Amino acid sequence: MAIQSPSIDVGGGAAVRAIPASASRGYWESVRRRLRRDPVTVVCGVVLLLIVLSALTAPWLGLADPYKTSMIYRLKPIGTPRFLLGSDELGRDMLSRLIYGGRLSLFMGVTPVVCALLIGGLLGITAGFLGGRVNMLIMRIMDVFYAFPSVLLAISLSGAMGAGAENTLLALTLVFIPPICRVSESVTTQVRGFDFVDAAKASGAGTLTIVRVHVLGNVLGPILVYATSLISVAIILAAGLSFLGLGVKPPEPEWGLMLNTLRQAIYVNPVLAALPGVMIFITSICFNLMSDGLRAAMDVKA
Amino acid sequence: MLLYALRRLIYLVPVAFGVSLLVFALVHLAPGDAISAIVPPDAPQEVVDKLKEYYGFDKPLPIQYLRWLTVTLSGDFGTSIGTGRPVSEEVGGAFLNTIVLAISSCLLAFTLAIILGIAAAYAKSRVVDRLVTSIALVGVSVPHFWLAIVLVIIFSVELGWLPPMGLGPESATGWRLDLAHLRYMVLPTIALSMIPLGVMTRTVRSTIKEILNMEFVTALQAKGMNDRQILLHVLKNAAPTCLAVMGLQAGNLIGGSILIETVFSWPGTGFLLNSAIFRRDLPILQGTTLVLAFFFMVLNLAVDVIQTMVDPRIKRG
Repeated sequence: MAIQSPSIDVGGGAAVRAIPASASRGYWESVRRRLRRDPVTVVCGVVLLLIVLSALTAPWLGLADPYKTSMIYRLKPIGTPRFLLGSDELGRDMLSRLIYGGRLSLFMGVTPVVCALLIGGLLGITAGFLGGRVNMLIMRIMDVFYAFPSVLLAISLSGAMGAGAENTLLALTLVFIPPICRVSESVTTQVRGFDFVDAAKASGAGTLTIVRVHVLGNVLGPILVYATSLISVAIILAAGLSFLGLGVKPPEPEWGLMLNTLRQAIYVNPVLAALPGVMIFITSICFNLMSDGLRAAMDVKA
Repeated sequence: MLLYALRRLIYLVPVAFGVSLLVFALVHLAPGDAISAIVPPDAPQEVVDKLKEYYGFDKPLPIQYLRWLTVTLSGDFGTSIGTGRPVSEEVGGAFLNTIVLAISSCLLAFTLAIILGIAAAYAKSRVVDRLVTSIALVGVSVPHFWLAIVLVIIFSVELGWLPPMGLGPESATGWRLDLAHLRYMVLPTIALSMIPLGVMTRTVRSTIKEILNMEFVTALQAKGMNDRQILLHVLKNAAPTCLAVMGLQAGNLIGGSILIETVFSWPGTGFLLNSAIFRRDLPILQGTTLVLAFFFMVLNLAVDVIQTMVDPRIKRG
């Protein structure tokens, strides 16, 4: 999380921390090269890509209708003809619902982090770069949100606003703004203290130019890495809210909601009841490993 | 030392003010007004107006806030709409149950994490380190409410060893420390300890690894100390960081147990919060959130103060 010193390793490029603006293309090039050489990250990337692609192209994959119920084929086990992964409590095709479920589950997990990254990053960089009273004001407001355990904040907010996907998105975004803001602030404050910022100021560069050219390039990496580490938390939390009945409403296919509705079936068909959770687990583990790989490749200190 | 604690306490005042404002706002985030949750939809307009006046909802928001704040500060959290009992009673009872579960989960998670973390940091073989890092990864990645369901499926449905829900054989009378009640705690404790286990294992491992690379460790080795003596020095230096994360995790456990409590029907604050949300029992929602947030703040303060006491490098005053 902390940028330590503006050291530039000429030889291997392993310790590139503060890069001059002109060298940034080489930096991203080496990040990409390091990512490609990391087998764990590559595998996780492929798995995630498969989940995302299948979710996006679900209507064209020749799957059964995820909303079509059937009174006869309820809670059929895995491997039933016509129901490859069985059927749920209303006789809907599980395979189809699991793939379609990726759409909402991923969307509900990734969107809040992206929104919080934009808002929290902007607030944090502003606070860090301007310092003084602005910093005080922004960071003290964040402290208020920090006084709540994150799960409690998410549930209280979406509980008060009422169930629904939009409210969940809003609540989760609010939950993730403070941590991203705090990281952005601390990173920016450190970069601001470097000599090259003073040098740019001395040579007459305006505030916006300094931020755009000299600060952003150095803070974006750590902020981005931190934000990706939040995605798995967000996916679990979003699924958790739907599981409680606060997020997506039935009959929409969504992994957390499916876990909830299949809970009554644990005595009839336990393996089936656990399936949606496996999808959440795989997705969140892949995002966590990707984030770790990214952190290593971008040489950001945890 | 005392001065530092006092200063931190004073600093808590504006934050606490902000928290109270946010909790107050919760009611006004709710669709419709708070009255519509109490009265049947076909209630005559005069009754609604009377109730609005009674609760002070006809006043402007700042006045409503001040009124609510003074009443709440005097310990009166209002009356539950669902049960008609005082909110403080409902939340108090539930809070104890949550604390019981949190303590057992913390004990399990932190003990395991410290052992695993130290083992991984000291491990000569990569296998041990890999294994521990994998356990930690599973801990932070697994959707814990799903794990709770899987545990119920395995140990209650399939094997029939442990009860699937409730807090004890006669759940109405509250929690007691005996074997019958402990049986009900096993599964929720395991499920709830997953996240802190993962986070703490990572923290302990990386902190100790970092310290082992420091020069003073080499110096101690050069002086002829054996590994066990050095470990004591290492632990002393790792303690402040680990304590800080532990405090945060313990707080998150208490505030974040809602999913696990719902799966196991454990009558704690999370379970209360969940049922309050679906009964639209806003006083309970407000009261529970406020109590948990204040507990979290005080816990953070305590951890901060303890951290300075433990860490010889930090001198604040």
